[in-house]
Amino acid sequence: MAEFKPADSLYEWFDQRLGIDKFVKVMMTEYWIPKNINFLWAMGVLLTVMFTILIVSGIFLLMYYKPDINMAFDSVNYTIMQEVGYGWLFRHIHAVGASVVFLIIYIHMFTGIYYGSYKKGRELIWISGMLLFVLFSAEGFSGYMLPWGQMSYWAAYVITEIFGGIPVIGGDLVVWIRGNFYVSDSTLTRFFMLHVLLIPLAILGAIVVHFYALRFPHVNNEEGEFFDFDKEADKYLAGDKKGSKVVPFWPVFLSKDFFVLGFFLLFFFYLVFFHYDFAMDPVNFDKADGLKTPAHIYPEWYFLWSYEVLRGFFFEIAGISGKSLGLMAFAFANAIFMILPWLDRSPMVKPANQRPYFKYWFWFLIADLIVLTVYGKLPPTGANAWVGFASSMTFLVLFIALPFITKAEAKKIGGK
Amino acid sequence: MKELKILAVIATLVGITYYGIEPYAHHIMHPEVKAADFTFADLKNVDTKLAGNTANGKVLVEANCIACHAIESAGHPAMMPNADAAASYGVVPPDLSHAGRVYDKNYLANFIFDPVSAMHLSHKYPVGGTKTFPMPSYNWMTGQEIMDVVAYLQSVSPKVKEGAETHKATYDAACGRCHSMSYAKSEATTPKDAIKAYMGATPPDLSQYIKSRGEHYLHGFINDPQVLLAGTSMPRVGLNEKAQEEVIAYMEEIGDSKKAERESTGINVMIYTFIFAMLAYLWKRKIWSEVH
Amino acid sequence: MENESRRGFIGKAFGAVAAVGGVASLLAMKKTWDPLPSVMSAGFTTVDVSALEANKLEIAVWRGKPVFILKYTEDMKPTDGRSVKVGDHYYSVMIGLCTHLGCIPAYRADQKDFKCACHGGEFTSAGINKFGPPPRPLDLPPFKIDGNTLVLGEEGPEYKAMMAKAGVV
Repeated sequence: MAEFKPADSLYEWFDQRLGIDKFVKVMMTEYWIPKNINFLWAMGVLLTVMFTILIVSGIFLLMYYKPDINMAFDSVNYTIMQEVGYGWLFRHIHAVGASVVFLIIYIHMFTGIYYGSYKKGRELIWISGMLLFVLFSAEGFSGYMLPWGQMSYWAAYVITEIFGGIPVIGGDLVVWIRGNFYVSDSTLTRFFMLHVLLIPLAILGAIVVHFYALRFPHVNNEEGEFFDFDKEADKYLAGDKKGSKVVPFWPVFLSKDFFVLGFFLLFFFYLVFFHYDFAMDPVNFDKADGLKTPAHIYPEWYFLWSYEVLRGFFFEIAGISGKSLGLMAFAFANAIFMILPWLDRSPMVKPANQRPYFKYWFWFLIADLIVLTVYGKLPPTGANAWVGFASSMTFLVLFIALPFITKAEAKKIGGK
Repeated sequence: MKELKILAVIATLVGITYYGIEPYAHHIMHPEVKAADFTFADLKNVDTKLAGNTANGKVLVEANCIACHAIESAGHPAMMPNADAAASYGVVPPDLSHAGRVYDKNYLANFIFDPVSAMHLSHKYPVGGTKTFPMPSYNWMTGQEIMDVVAYLQSVSPKVKEGAETHKATYDAACGRCHSMSYAKSEATTPKDAIKAYMGATPPDLSQYIKSRGEHYLHGFINDPQVLLAGTSMPRVGLNEKAQEEVIAYMEEIGDSKKAERESTGINVMIYTFIFAMLAYLWKRKIWSEVH
Repeated sequence: MENESRRGFIGKAFGAVAAVGGVASLLAMKKTWDPLPSVMSAGFTTVDVSALEANKLEIAVWRGKPVFILKYTEDMKPTDGRSVKVGDHYYSVMIGLCTHLGCIPAYRADQKDFKCACHGGEFTSAGINKFGPPPRPLDLPPFKIDGNTLVLGEEGPEYKAMMAKAGVV
């Protein structure tokens, strides 16, 4: 048995048994982050806080929510929103939080793309991050179904129907997913299970992998500069805090995160209390009715770009139906981000504005995604349908062209 | 400073996207329609400038109206239970106690003259068609007689105080015969099967309509349903602006009862968060002064 | 050594048994996710078409789906292979879900066609796609004619004939 001497203090008693000192050093006070970073580096902590807020608000909603098609709507809009003490607050926080978390996810994701934080040893951070995006998307989709309003029902209908496009097994697959021929009580309860247990567990697992994958390649910095972290850490610990190129996670990096968090929360709470229609769509305050399609069906804003790619192909090309083309483009668009580290053929880790060709690709992509997002909301009639087609094609072309663009860029720089 | 520039870029991109998917998209999906008209200017069959004689109105009402209509405030109870009334007429005829208070004078006069055209339901009850509206037209009355009836109805209308009780009374009088409101634990006074057969479809439960439609939409819709939902079976009810506001206030009390608490808590939380943010900034400045 | 080869064999056998257990568990889980037998047993809906008004869309519900039943007027010509004759009248009997993404199209009585609000698709009164993204005509539900009633969910001889004509086995 390991020898345990009597401890001098309560802290030492715990430290002997749990190695707290070492743990705190590894995770916090000697976890080294580059100093040349900007507030965009705070998005990770913002996401952790938002996820915690979603779980806590979700816990309280869980106490009163009834996952049954006859009781769900009223359990939310009568019991929780109007009877439960601060029930309305937790509902607003949960709904607005679920929407705002995607804003932070996109900023975080595109910061990674801009600064090249997906290559040269950071590939698994990127992949676990994209996996988190997929998991959060599934979490958002399943959560939106729960209030069982008109949008809940019809979004569930349209998205489960998509799987019918898969050849051979499509029809049976849709029935299997729904647990019935149509979106019904069995659909609601299984998506409730996914939303409350399975997907959050998967998210927690992916977060652990994401944080772990960060450790060996280290967090990136504004210049994409590579330096010796051990050397800089020694400088800092020796007392040269100003000369060192790194800072410890706690308290230095986190103090900046808290400052960004404070002003972010001001924005967040303003939305929660005063401006929440974008996250709590009025159409969803009508009870679900399978025989009455709303005049305008659209997903939550963060799915709009993807939705527009799905419906951007509305005519037959080379014998393939528009519906199949849209489905293939949709699958491509969602999968292609995963393999970004291998599409970028330039080994250069630099912010986009310092990369001669990539900078144009980046801002072109951003503009295209904004067009796709806005047109994903508009009725797809007349000219809108053609804008949708053009911007969907642009998206596909941009990603197919990326290897060529970056290869040419690498050649131009001389492969530095 | 560079970080402010980055923030400005992000704010601009988010702002453009927000504008496209919210204000702009909603403008496309819900184009502006003509504004609500509380003068009911299209109704011109009765000269509403004539001064009504209340005593004569009482005689006319007791002779012509109370066979179908209850007027509790004047001591005339309903002639039969609601279910029987619905079976006879298709719908429960309204109790007229509050009619003088909640309906616009011009509307009320013209309604008595010709109910179908006042309600904008000519598409449902076309002239010479098979369906007839349960209440007959009183276009055989003179303009003076109609104004006498209106004056009498206004005189028997109970005096009400501003507040929740009045909101409910107006709602019940104007909407309660056809619409249920489960969150207020009230069902439509006309039995469900009867109102479905009468209207063609069950009038929706209004519990969450303040949330799903919003005040702006309801303001226009109640004033003339045909403008926003052409072909609908819902009649133009003829509420004056004050009564309409009372109906919407009631819908808010039932459908969004936590609004006041939400807004006051919001202010407090935002003040707290601002203090939190300022202290976080000051702490960050202190910590980072050692490393810059 | 004999011990090592026995250890190796037992190790592999143990691994194989564990893997079989894992696969069996997954199959059991898949079965739990399956729709209930009560759901899968065919649902039938009966509709009496004799009382229907011509050119007025009737919507019946079959297996949760809306089924459009439209009685033709005198001037509406039946479409071969799609229109259904019940008694003296012709009807369109089709699943009222747009074949594009599943929204319910609205019937326009003045134009005698269907318009889908979601993405602008249009179908004729017989349910044939004529404009926009829908890739194929409205689907036909299995039906049986029983005097003046339609039984949705049962494959009657008329339905089988229509499917054979369309080349569907």
